[in-house]
Amino acid sequence: MQADLSVILPEIILAIYVMAALIGAVYTAKDKLAPMLVWVTAALMAVLGVWIGTSGSGTTEAFGGMIVDDAFSRFAKVAILLSAAAVMVMGQDYMSKRGMLRFEYPLLVALSAIGMMVMVSAGDLMALYMGLELQSLALYVVAALRRDSIKSTEAGLKYFVLGALSSGLLLYGASLVYGFAGTTLFSGIIEVAQHGEVTLGLLFGIVFLISGLAFKVSAVPFHMWTPDVYEGAPTPVTAFFASAPKVAAMGLFARVMHDAFGHAVADWSQIVALLAVLSMFLGGVAAIGQTDLKRLMAYSSIAHMGYALIGLAAGTELGIQALLIYMSIYVAMNIGTFAFIMMLHRDGKPVTDIRALNQYAKREPGRALGMLVLLFSLAGVPPMLGFFGKFFVLRAAVEADMAWLAIAGVIASVIGAYYYLRIVFFMYFGSEGVEVETARSPVLLAFFSAGAALMLIGVISTFGLEGAAATAAAMLVH
Amino acid sequence: MDNILSIVTFIPALAAAVMALLMRGEDEAAQRNAKYVALLATTITFLVSLFIYFGFDAANTGFQFVEEAEWIFGLKYKMGVDGISVLFVLLTTFVMPLTILASWNVSTRVKEYMIAFLVLETLMLGVFMALDLVLFYMFFEAGLIPMFLIIGIWGGKERIYASFKFFLYTFFGSVLMLVAMVAMYFDAGTTDITRLLVHEFSYTSFDVLGIHVLGGMQTLLFLAFFASFAVKMPMWPVHTWLPDAHVQAPTAGSVVLAAILLKMGGYGFLRFSLPMFPIGSEVMTDIILWMSAIAIVYTSLVAMVQEDMKKLIAYSSVAHMGFVTMGIFAANQQGVDGAIFQMLSHGFISAALFLCVGVIYDRMHTRDIDAYGGLVIRMPAYALVFMFFTMGNVGLPGTSGFIGEFLTLMGVFQVNTWVALVATSGVIFSACYALWLYRRVVFGDLIKESLKAIQDMNAREKWIFAPLVAMTLLLGVYPSVVTDVIGPSTEALVSSVNTAVADAGFLAEAAEVNVAATNSH
Repeated sequence: MQADLSVILPEIILAIYVMAALIGAVYTAKDKLAPMLVWVTAALMAVLGVWIGTSGSGTTEAFGGMIVDDAFSRFAKVAILLSAAAVMVMGQDYMSKRGMLRFEYPLLVALSAIGMMVMVSAGDLMALYMGLELQSLALYVVAALRRDSIKSTEAGLKYFVLGALSSGLLLYGASLVYGFAGTTLFSGIIEVAQHGEVTLGLLFGIVFLISGLAFKVSAVPFHMWTPDVYEGAPTPVTAFFASAPKVAAMGLFARVMHDAFGHAVADWSQIVALLAVLSMFLGGVAAIGQTDLKRLMAYSSIAHMGYALIGLAAGTELGIQALLIYMSIYVAMNIGTFAFIMMLHRDGKPVTDIRALNQYAKREPGRALGMLVLLFSLAGVPPMLGFFGKFFVLRAAVEADMAWLAIAGVIASVIGAYYYLRIVFFMYFGSEGVEVETARSPVLLAFFSAGAALMLIGVISTFGLEGAAATAAAMLVH
Repeated sequence: MDNILSIVTFIPALAAAVMALLMRGEDEAAQRNAKYVALLATTITFLVSLFIYFGFDAANTGFQFVEEAEWIFGLKYKMGVDGISVLFVLLTTFVMPLTILASWNVSTRVKEYMIAFLVLETLMLGVFMALDLVLFYMFFEAGLIPMFLIIGIWGGKERIYASFKFFLYTFFGSVLMLVAMVAMYFDAGTTDITRLLVHEFSYTSFDVLGIHVLGGMQTLLFLAFFASFAVKMPMWPVHTWLPDAHVQAPTAGSVVLAAILLKMGGYGFLRFSLPMFPIGSEVMTDIILWMSAIAIVYTSLVAMVQEDMKKLIAYSSVAHMGFVTMGIFAANQQGVDGAIFQMLSHGFISAALFLCVGVIYDRMHTRDIDAYGGLVIRMPAYALVFMFFTMGNVGLPGTSGFIGEFLTLMGVFQVNTWVALVATSGVIFSACYALWLYRRVVFGDLIKESLKAIQDMNAREKWIFAPLVAMTLLLGVYPSVVTDVIGPSTEALVSSVNTAVADAGFLAEAAEVNVAATNSH
């Protein structure tokens, strides 16, 4: 028992902190504590992230294999905790200025982070579902954080209804898998799948599981909620949605597919490949007509999930390594881009219309340049780091003998390049129009510049990202 | 100086960084400073690059000045030059100070303009020096970003359309090459170009989606690279982005585009397509030769009916690039030598022609041929310079244009006489459009009211043209400056290609397939 608990010590610490802070804040100053709570929660999460990243080693199982602590889960946890902490700090200023900063916000984010940590280290379908639901429930509430805004509540409700549906699909899949494998443990399922053919029932179970998971990573055709939720939720919340939960869902996806069905790669890799192709193309094509930056970023994230799924579809160690590297780079790009979007305002109101960026480069050359770097990185144009993420997944695809997937990927990236270029076009060549102001927030500026700088510095050194991803991938793929 | 290549490559980028971080303001002094810093940086780059030229040992056909270091994701940062690339490096460093000088009249966002050009220079130099596939791709693609901005911000009326077309067209061409590079990485286990050059890619024919691919993997890889370089070159029929981009780009942008960026396509063919996929090249040779011949004749005819001077020169560029592809895929000593020579010569002549257009555009703000006439009366010096480069463009013996065209034609004559016949007619057409352009702009009566007060070239403009005139003449009367440097390397290239093709006995296999196909009918 003692040993079991020590495996999930970070989760326990975070959970106890959240409960204590929740009770404490309710009985004391409530929302006035919010700014402090943001910093404390973020600091705690960052510390936990660093701790997990530097301390753990090897593979430990807890609770009879329900929770697994290995290099893969550690990698994902570090990414989740750090990105969640970063996004929280980033949005603090924005939210308090607009009276949205409630004390529940940081705590809900922390709760969902606990859910995500359980997700990526799940070794059992029950633990998986528990983590997923904890994360999702917290996110539903966060999406509807602006109770007085119709769009925000609509976003929350949509997210909830569709999320519940996907959970249902996932649960149904889990029950099928349980029925045909006789166990919910991944280590048990993989043995069943190892013996000869995958039975039809198990196959159905996989398909339903994938559908549920595809919803969480917002892969086409389970993406419908993404644009509305991204647009409706307050920008800091959108930034959060686009980072940590995506990493967690991708991590979970990879873990289920490899830990439970690692011997049936041929059975699921085509499904994942199809999801990847659809996501890349729909994300690229649908973003072309968008005029709202947040909606555009929603489609952009759909497309990016498509690229990351290429890594999963490859079904190899290199594929998982590529997926992890891609997700890390994606999160860094997104944090920078959303920091920029949060800076835009007019008379105190947030502006997300692309056309407001007309001639932005003339007024703010430095920031426009930073955004230029981020946009080209998102588009995957060298020499920015985003290109290397794409390069890695393409490599995984070719190595797995799926050259057609790589070709589909690069063609979609050309389509995608168009809408990123369109933003550059407004910033640099646009006509004089309505102006937009830029918030002078040092925190936002710091995150924005760090994001942009990383896209260039990362090309010279990736700070051990590759090695960590390689170790993590080696753990997962059998 | 072990890392002279890196030094040369990154001096401009360093200057750009200094400008971006340290220089502030949009006033007159700041603008002038930006111009001087850019000029200084490009000049220093040129002077330092001369060390490469003089330190280069032409007899050595391997790569020289090689630098190697570990890079991210298991890739290598590897640079080096050989006989094929060294002169392109020099061409780049030579042309850049001239383009900076040519943009002395720019007055909007001068600092950003200079930064864009300096960054572009670094990326272009990197393309010619990179000895790692991914490093090459990185430089190759990254060049699109500054060029996109140069056309989009400082371009003409239709600049938005042109910049998007330029970017997406070339980007689309290149991504297929990226997939091919990944496949090569997988096949050969390395991205090191020196090792890929000796790696033999499989050429066993197979079927893809029911289509019989002669030459197998080599042909597929070749086609993927071809998509990229043919767009960049540009070859008919994927050349349509070039006239748009040229017309809309500012003068200096056109100069860089014509003199250097287009050469990346030809360089790519010589560095990758021909030596790495000799069988793939062999399979495709006939098609490419005919495409080149069509390009030469068709674009020359199109050039004749243009109303816009820049568009006319742009089409003439496509025609001249047709000679280059023809020479390269003739795959013999004269053809390849001629192709490189033609590229270098075109680098000087087309740059000068665009500058010629720039001179009068700066004064009259129109590029319409009809808006001019009789310039010789007011601008004798200009008329002389323009005449000289028109002759160079036509390929008059004594100018560098002649040598390039003659060598490529000689090369292709040995391979395919009919193609040579068609292509030679292009020489006549080029005389037609170039001389006709010259007549309409420079000769005739000076009847246009607006032209009555036009001034001849000033000292700055004359100084820009002087080095170009010198180089065109030098290469024209003493071509050994070039052929001595490139000769050993091209000889090695040609012989390795020929050996590979002969070893494969490939034509025999192709013949068998034909026989089998005939029998089955």
